[in-house]
Amino acid sequence: MALLSFERKYRVPGGTLIGRDLFDFWVGPFYVGFFGLMTVFFASLGTLLILWGAAQQGTWNPFLISINPPAIEYGLSFAPLHDGGLWQIITICAHGAFIAWLLREVEICRKLGIGFHIPAAFGVAIFAYTSLVVIRPILMGAWGHAFPYGIFSHLDWVSYTGYQYGNFHYNPVHMLAVSLFFTTALALSLHGGLILSAANPEKGEEAKTPDHEDTYFRDFIGYSIGTLGIHRLGLLLAVNAAFWSAICILISGPAWIWPEGSSWIDWWEWWPRLTTFSAGG
Amino acid sequence: MAEYQNIFTQVQVKGPPELGIDERGVLTNERTESTSNNTLVGRLGNAQLGPIHLGMFGVVSIYLFAVWFMIVGFGMLQSVGYNFAEFFQRLFWLSLDPPLEKHGLSFPPLNEGGLYMIASMCLLLSVLSWWVRSYLRAHELGMGKHVCWAFAAAIWLFLCLGLFRPLAMGSWSEMVPYGIFPHLDWTNYFSLNYGNLFYNPFHALCIAFLYGSALLFAMHGATILAVSRLGGDRELEQIYDRGTASERAALFWRWTMGFNASMEGIHRWAWWFAVLVPITGGIGIILTGTVVDDWRYWAIEHGFATEVPYSVPESSLIKE
Repeated sequence: MALLSFERKYRVPGGTLIGRDLFDFWVGPFYVGFFGLMTVFFASLGTLLILWGAAQQGTWNPFLISINPPAIEYGLSFAPLHDGGLWQIITICAHGAFIAWLLREVEICRKLGIGFHIPAAFGVAIFAYTSLVVIRPILMGAWGHAFPYGIFSHLDWVSYTGYQYGNFHYNPVHMLAVSLFFTTALALSLHGGLILSAANPEKGEEAKTPDHEDTYFRDFIGYSIGTLGIHRLGLLLAVNAAFWSAICILISGPAWIWPEGSSWIDWWEWWPRLTTFSAGG
Repeated sequence: MAEYQNIFTQVQVKGPPELGIDERGVLTNERTESTSNNTLVGRLGNAQLGPIHLGMFGVVSIYLFAVWFMIVGFGMLQSVGYNFAEFFQRLFWLSLDPPLEKHGLSFPPLNEGGLYMIASMCLLLSVLSWWVRSYLRAHELGMGKHVCWAFAAAIWLFLCLGLFRPLAMGSWSEMVPYGIFPHLDWTNYFSLNYGNLFYNPFHALCIAFLYGSALLFAMHGATILAVSRLGGDRELEQIYDRGTASERAALFWRWTMGFNASMEGIHRWAWWFAVLVPITGGIGIILTGTVVDDWRYWAIEHGFATEVPYSVPESSLIKE
């Protein structure tokens, strides 16, 4: 079932990290493995807990369902189930599911004999999530500093948290992260566009080659990074966008870095001070 | 295998420069002649810099961009009384501001936004001129115009911010100031003035596509690097004649998430995700202040926000 024409010869045993050949099988197109079962377990449990939380909350409007973290008063302790405890268990489930998914990707890479770039990149995404719901709350001393799980409630949290620091746009690392996100989208559009324009040339033209790609970009902007380089650049840009996003929120809040209530606008005071010498006092 | 992940070029070979395809024999004369090699750039991709085909539109574009840049710079200088020391001290805070509100859509005096309007005209023509190049360079090589239309999507957002929305609001004062911090302040107040832009569904879509683009490029870039040992980076060849690199790349995602794109299809996903960032963003901009005055109120009306504003959760059990 669901087998691609060339798929059979790739479906070989081996490459597992745990369980030898016990879980080494596919269901439909999905590879399972030990970590596949772990993913299903954590993802199902987490989803069910969210639904239970929604039932307790009393709304089935998907935009309004929100699983909130414990109150600040609980600090870093376990909270009662319906006072943030649910959020804590769901956070554990999320980590279980994400990390199992990553290790399952490692197993698939091993099975296919390819590099580990994808699970490595996914690890940075997990780090960004962990920064928000584990590392930063621990640095600040309460789970209540994490964000709530809800479509619009998490946006409210971003708004609220941002304005705790005056204007979050002034956070230098936030600037860096946003620039990286924009640059990633720009690079992606250029790469996607270039490949499509070479493979789908003007009417009556023969399909184009990497030489045409290089020529187009050198003519256009004076540089072509090349077929291999663009994928390194894209991966680096995207991974850095996620990484610096995590850093920009990690440095906002911990008392010894940039405590809550201090404005990122004030951070920039070093610049006029640095250049005061040229103003002559 | 674990030691060979192909993140950087380890050995750089320097051959004769690639001067580009010229099937009709006219492009070589129109291109710049010299090329150079940069070892640092060569660590990541091709080391060769140049040649470039500027042409009339390229020269016009660079010239107009330089004029915009100079006008903005002199506008900033004027705002500090031509004091260079103060200019550097307050560089990030300075701006060339759009016209005052009282001037509406008429052309304002030079020192009340007229200079800004002239600069904006230069910037618009510069961007459009560069856009024409994205079409002409592709046409000259007989290629598709996908880069050109993606660029057009970005110009759409630019026009929504600087032309369509100001026209709809009836005032050029709605345009974005030219300055580092001032344009961030503009963004901040734009959200505050219209009741939190997070409740604007097109803003939400825009961000989803922006993050989606980063996700897609991480997935795609990592996939290609993972199969680069098998020649996966030669994407066009793989599209025309599928090899084991494409097969393994496809199977990785099929086995991971039950679905895979083809070597060509992933670039269509990429193109659409990236292009939908400015398209949806632009729609969100022109609706704000014209059709919807307060996004949060609008969201409450449409049942996806509640009257209670967010605050850090407080315990009902502990506090008594």
